[in-house]
Amino acid sequence: MSILLDSSSKVIVQGITGREGTFHAEQMLAMGTRVVGGTSPGKGGTTHLGVPVFNTVADAVKATGANASGIFVPPPFAADAIMEAAASGITLIVCITEGIAIQDMIKVKDFLRGYPAARLIGANCPGLITPGVAKIGIIPQNITSSGPVGLVSRSGTLTYEVASALTAAGMGQSTIVGIGGDPVLGLTFRDVIELFEKDPATTHLVVIGEIGGSDEEHAADLLARGSRLKTVAFISGRTAPEGKRMGHAGAIISGNRGTAKSKEEAFRKAGVAVAETTDDIVGLLK
Amino acid sequence: MKLLEYQAKEVLASLGIAIPPGKVARTPDEAAAACAELGPVAVKAQVPVGGRGKAGGIKLAKTPEEARAAAAQIIGMDIKGFKVPLVYCEAALEIEREIYLGFTVDRDARANILMLSAKGGMEIEQVAEESPESIARLYPNPWRGPLDFELNRLVFEAGLGELARPLTSLIKKLYRAIPELDAVTAEINPLVVTKSGEVIAGDAKLEVDENAAWRHKDLEQRYGGVLEGDPYEVEAKKRGLTYVSLDGEIGIIGNGAGLCMSTLDLVQRAGGRAANFCDIGGGAKAEVVQNALAVILMNPRVKGVLMNVFGGITRGDEVAKGLVTARDNLKMQLPLVVRLSGTRADEGRKILKENGIEPGASAWEAAQKIVELTQVTSPLAGEVPRSGGGGR
Repeated sequence: MSILLDSSSKVIVQGITGREGTFHAEQMLAMGTRVVGGTSPGKGGTTHLGVPVFNTVADAVKATGANASGIFVPPPFAADAIMEAAASGITLIVCITEGIAIQDMIKVKDFLRGYPAARLIGANCPGLITPGVAKIGIIPQNITSSGPVGLVSRSGTLTYEVASALTAAGMGQSTIVGIGGDPVLGLTFRDVIELFEKDPATTHLVVIGEIGGSDEEHAADLLARGSRLKTVAFISGRTAPEGKRMGHAGAIISGNRGTAKSKEEAFRKAGVAVAETTDDIVGLLK
Repeated sequence: MKLLEYQAKEVLASLGIAIPPGKVARTPDEAAAACAELGPVAVKAQVPVGGRGKAGGIKLAKTPEEARAAAAQIIGMDIKGFKVPLVYCEAALEIEREIYLGFTVDRDARANILMLSAKGGMEIEQVAEESPESIARLYPNPWRGPLDFELNRLVFEAGLGELARPLTSLIKKLYRAIPELDAVTAEINPLVVTKSGEVIAGDAKLEVDENAAWRHKDLEQRYGGVLEGDPYEVEAKKRGLTYVSLDGEIGIIGNGAGLCMSTLDLVQRAGGRAANFCDIGGGAKAEVVQNALAVILMNPRVKGVLMNVFGGITRGDEVAKGLVTARDNLKMQLPLVVRLSGTRADEGRKILKENGIEPGASAWEAAQKIVELTQVTSPLAGEVPRSGGGGR
């Protein structure tokens, strides 16, 4: 079992003929993901990586019955690609693109209110993987293994670090979800944790947060109300100087909430173990 | 990009918002001339951070001589790490009352929030904490912007009903900064009502979204490059890197902001101090790695470099090739510790090994290694170790 993505998910790749789209669609196919097609305006009717290419998402959905999409298009077009996916009936939209304008994402969030069945992951995220089954995005499958640990993270590469350590320790993962580091994004920690709570195959949970915003605090509030998952949290950016922008637009300290200290305290209050370094996560989870 | 006050005011004026008469001065003589023309002025340091008043960056000048002296003191002073490049001399206002007006992105709501309060001028954060109800709030629809009745309601909720007409019109003008400039934060505090009843921007803060720079090339051309920021940050920006200077001695390169931040945390935990944050991001190519290393090695304080790359979209072989080439091109002799894993990491590690760079086993071990190599001063000559961990 898993959340969001399983062997029945029919996936398309928006931007499949691009460099990144091609590379990662290949990786997705290689691990057995049901990639049923892709889109690239003007290249409809051709075949790429052995799957059909369509001009629009609507065409792709009509022809293949796709219900999930991975988006690998450049930032100026990514917000539109998300809305196109939602309007075409895609219910799991994973946007990998980094650097989408904040105002574009605010419009996307408002637009998605009209499509309550559509779930957006990202943007600026590594996507998600259900080890041994399927993935949408860029998480390397060779560092994952199947098992009972749910992993949700705001960071990309830090997610790999932890997945790799879990795998090395023999603790497989049910699903790994990278929600992304932008200030305005799709699913939050809270949304993903609620899904893990309902997944019988998930018994453990790792939450990897970072400074900025208050999504971690909201997640801690949820866990404080009672959880069946054995949970460990880790927050990166303890030593980040205040007010300095660290690349993710989200990693800007604001108010009391948002600091590493505030987030760690919120998790501790919720009875969640807080790891000092990523190396400590495995030990605390056992 | 955070605009300086005079730049933000220029933008406000272009949106039709009244600003006091003012002049930019790069020298004390220019400040004296501005005062001679404008009368009594406030001489204000131009830096993209708050708290400049408390830092001595704002002085009142009644005469050109006073303005000259004030500018001489302020230009070149350091305010929270920013060297003041110039001052803005602005005509003093006859203040009747001070209002707060601003918008920003509410991350929790994933929306823009407009805020208006009759209690402007003082620390708005304190007002927000002590009497949050005195700040009226509105979440405008991002597709159509705020409607007239919504703005009217905002103004009355803030207790500013007697100013409904001028304020609704002014807020509409300010809001244009969102669709037209991709502003993510704008603040007029104080928004001054003068004794003659004019509503005028006393101060202005404006931040535009760098992710939207492709839509506004003119903004960067016009307003970028005024600040003499940290030389390494300036160079990094030229090379398109995400780089922040810190005050330690270990150069850091990582891919992904989270991994990079946790690498800083690990270095500190191991007893070292990072010289910088440098995120080479997803899809980083050989050229990017070389640029990152070049900028880090510009800093004479750097005694060694730790590179932590876990490949997803960044392919390990590309990173390794770039690193080897960069090291050779830059004739790097400082200790270099590399931690590489993920997509095509085996190929990458092979390239590193073939070129005499031993990859670190884990991020924590790599952090300890670089701290050891950069901190162990030889009892013989206090010499910095020049080999090990990968240096040649």
